[in-house]
Amino acid sequence: MAKPDNTSEKSSNALLAWFDARLPVTAFWNNVMTGYYAPKNFNFWYYLGSLALMVLVMQILSGIFLTMHYKPDAEMAFASVEYIMRDVEWGWFIRYLHSTGASFFFIVVYLHMFRALLYGSHRAPRELVWIFGMLIYLALMAEAFMGYVLPWGQMSYWGAQVIINLFGAIPAIGEPLTEWIRGDFFISDATLNRFFALHVIALPLAILGLVMMHLVALRENGSNNPDGIEIKANKDENGIPVDGIPFHPYYTVKDIFGAGFFLMIFAFVIFFWPEAGGLFLEHDNFIPANPLVTPEHIKPVWYFTPYYAILKAVPDKLMGVILMGVSVAILFFLPWLDRSPAKSIRYKGTWYKILLGLFTIAFVRLGMLGMAEGTPAQTIEMRIWTFVYFAFFILMYFISPGGKTKPVPERLTH
Amino acid sequence: MKMKPFAVIFSLAVMLFAIAPAFGAGGGNLQHANINIRDTAATQRGAKLFVNYCMSCHSAGYMRYQRLVDDLGLSEEAVMNNLVFSDAKIGETMDASMRPEDAEKWLGKAPPDLSVISRSRGADWLYTYLLTFYQDESGGWNNQALPNASMPHVMWQMQGIQKPVYATDAEGHEAVDHLVLHQAGLQTPEEYENTVRDLVTFLEYLGEPAQVKRKNVGVWVLLFLAFFTMIAYLLKADYWRDVH
Repeated sequence: MAKPDNTSEKSSNALLAWFDARLPVTAFWNNVMTGYYAPKNFNFWYYLGSLALMVLVMQILSGIFLTMHYKPDAEMAFASVEYIMRDVEWGWFIRYLHSTGASFFFIVVYLHMFRALLYGSHRAPRELVWIFGMLIYLALMAEAFMGYVLPWGQMSYWGAQVIINLFGAIPAIGEPLTEWIRGDFFISDATLNRFFALHVIALPLAILGLVMMHLVALRENGSNNPDGIEIKANKDENGIPVDGIPFHPYYTVKDIFGAGFFLMIFAFVIFFWPEAGGLFLEHDNFIPANPLVTPEHIKPVWYFTPYYAILKAVPDKLMGVILMGVSVAILFFLPWLDRSPAKSIRYKGTWYKILLGLFTIAFVRLGMLGMAEGTPAQTIEMRIWTFVYFAFFILMYFISPGGKTKPVPERLTH
Repeated sequence: MKMKPFAVIFSLAVMLFAIAPAFGAGGGNLQHANINIRDTAATQRGAKLFVNYCMSCHSAGYMRYQRLVDDLGLSEEAVMNNLVFSDAKIGETMDASMRPEDAEKWLGKAPPDLSVISRSRGADWLYTYLLTFYQDESGGWNNQALPNASMPHVMWQMQGIQKPVYATDAEGHEAVDHLVLHQAGLQTPEEYENTVRDLVTFLEYLGEPAQVKRKNVGVWVLLFLAFFTMIAYLLKADYWRDVH
């Protein structure tokens, strides 16, 4: 049976040649996959990029199926979600896939960003990769916020109320601005409808475009690595980095394993712990939105709570809103704030380990405090960690140029 | 600072588990319902209690009777004869006997729909709530878990009548400390606890009818993924043999 195989191979080659003459299929594949050399020493932290992309695809696919049954109408939204949970075949699965996916998107993105802090992936020449990544993160926050309003439960409603009112703190234009966002004097059907439009069309398009730019900018200089050194500085006679391996098949098979491992954790939550004890799906959001009854304790979903804590730490509302904005905006400047000669934490001195450790604790602790009731003792603690949060950026700017480093090797360590 | 992947995932999981319990529904001293969602007989008994005692006033407007046939091992005939008291058809939703407009007129506020009450309140809260009705000095019904609840004790004939014993707390406020059975009901306290447990089992099921199926499917999904991940690992290891 060798003959038919040969002909089919021949005809598939002919087909590919036909396409290549009209569309750079093979050239593109070689350029971004088999001919793209990535450092060979990627560790756990380097799974997260491909995982973020996979979660994005899952969110878009599950979202498409949800829109087939969901009704963006203040009278029907809550009921339509329960309709999906009960009457739509496998609707509960699609809904949990989407709601759990939202939280996992942030888990993956936060770890992905932390990786940059560990190994200096945001440093020159990859500043634009970081900037596009930050823009994705901002778009993702807007996407998640608007998505959370759609089930139209009490937390959807009152969470949106609190967050939109933040814009009201801006002098002069604040009040009209909140009305413009809501499309009404209060959160209403008009708000729900426009948030639905932005959530399912505008923001996903923006995110997809930004992800493309993120990847194009990444491929221009190639990935950083745990040693924080440029593999393109050491090339063999064919111009191939000696410490590089082709992205395909090496990292494609590795990422398939990473995806399988990730999906096990993801599936465990979907099938056995979809509410995550009230973190992913809040208990109060199973009460239909009621403009007349304010819930006892309004808080945003966990991925926003670090910033929410910074907002609450400041007694003045406008100052709080400004500080919260700065706490996100300052991340954009990270590539220029870290001025250490070494990129990776492996070759930076103890000073960086302490700074990054404190920053990480501050971020996690602020996240926990942001969802707490807000006792006076907690307010004091929030102020301390807010101070630590900002100290990280300021101290890094001043310490990093002269901070101790170990000698950076010429070649990757393995 | 080289962290092993498993150490990272493990510490994240620990963090998540550590944070999560702080957000359990309700609060205060709740009694444990100890329900078993797979106990179909208990869910069936709970369904009977629900249609008899709750549905005069409360609806389960997102739930169709047909679901009871599909999930609880009951025939359509058994559901129609024993659980449907209105002229509803099997494919229709479990609406209250009272019309919402009338309920608002008669009670001031329509009793809440109970479809997803177990998801906002939690099984332990519902269990505690249904056990802690008492008769106060004015002779009216009150509740320890939800003080000044407007709902009367509809199952009082089974439980009997409880009276409160007050105690003064550290700040000098007098509050209900515990309840004592003042007049015995048709059931012993243990029997009544089981009755309430049956009802809460049904409410838990009602909150998410697909949950047993979800967990059953989940086992197979995880088994498949474990197998897939193992194969993927072997594939990776094979490809990476020549990378040094």
